[in-house]
Amino acid sequence: MWYYEKKLQYPVKVSTCNPMLAKFLIEQYGGADGELAAALRYMNQRYTIPDKVVGLLTDIATEEFSHLEMIATMIYKLTKDATPEMLKEAGLGDHYVNHDRALFYQNASGVPFTATYIQAKGDPIADLYEDIAAEEKARATYQWIIDLSDDTDLNDSLKFLREREIVHSQRFREAVEILKDDRDQKKVF
Amino acid sequence: MTKKMPPEFYKQLEEIQAIDFVIVELNLYLDTHPHDYDAIQQFNENTEKSMKLKIDFEQKYGPLMNFGRSYSNYPFNWIDTPWPWQV
Amino acid sequence: MFTQYKSWRPYISPFDPCKPIEVKYYATPPQLYMGFQPPGLPQFPTAREALMAGTLWPQLFSPYPFPLKGGRKHD
Repeated sequence: MWYYEKKLQYPVKVSTCNPMLAKFLIEQYGGADGELAAALRYMNQRYTIPDKVVGLLTDIATEEFSHLEMIATMIYKLTKDATPEMLKEAGLGDHYVNHDRALFYQNASGVPFTATYIQAKGDPIADLYEDIAAEEKARATYQWIIDLSDDTDLNDSLKFLREREIVHSQRFREAVEILKDDRDQKKVF
Repeated sequence: MTKKMPPEFYKQLEEIQAIDFVIVELNLYLDTHPHDYDAIQQFNENTEKSMKLKIDFEQKYGPLMNFGRSYSNYPFNWIDTPWPWQV
Repeated sequence: MFTQYKSWRPYISPFDPCKPIEVKYYATPPQLYMGFQPPGLPQFPTAREALMAGTLWPQLFSPYPFPLKGGRKHD
């Protein structure tokens, strides 16, 4: 089971009321390489992956949920007090019509989240390579959002999230090495 | 309603975030390096530090965790603002 | 000299409609080179610095945006 802790993993500050940035950030909320897809992908893969790497998948999945919460916080803060007029100007008019200021699991183009984002092949190497690719794609997405944003406080949190993708990628690469290693096999035969 | 958290709240919260971050990093590292004795020691030391910081924080600002991982005052103050996204 | 970014020069046609970006950059962050992380790597001196960097180990730290990349300048 899980316990909730009433804190963010990293402080999130937003300096300007700029709903346009919320529109971009939704990509990391409900997009193909977003935090929700990542969390669900790893959480789901752990049931069929060799025991040696289950701990890692569980922990990274759990951390991804805390990143989802950080992204939600950014979107919440960027839209909380924005007027319908401002949301319309930011390209969020169609979002407002459907959801008011409610968050919705969709990507930056408004495509709803889908289970097809979550790959599960059941082959440990295929799945871990998928995970490494997912981390690199999420890292790239953070880069492009940082490129579009001039909110220095927001970018500070986004740089943290980008760095986490790097560390996760490193760990998944190590997981592949662990599964390649044949040290245990010698004991078995 | 117009409750405002004092500067010490933010300071102490960040201290906890920092220690807990070190723990997360060491945890992921240990997931793939289960025999690194020094890292395990550092992990355990930081876990103790984090627990101490949280006892102090919770006495001032209320429970950090639900389902019995933190103690409650009267009235039940788990439900008090601010929630993490409001901070 | 090692950098976490590599560059390349795309072919430029006289008929390209936009002002050409002569040099393009892409990221090659540290996890591509580290292999299995060796034990005992130097750590950031304080927990706060680790938090701010997003990693406990300076050798895994990757700055962004990188200075030479075109477009907006940060910080």
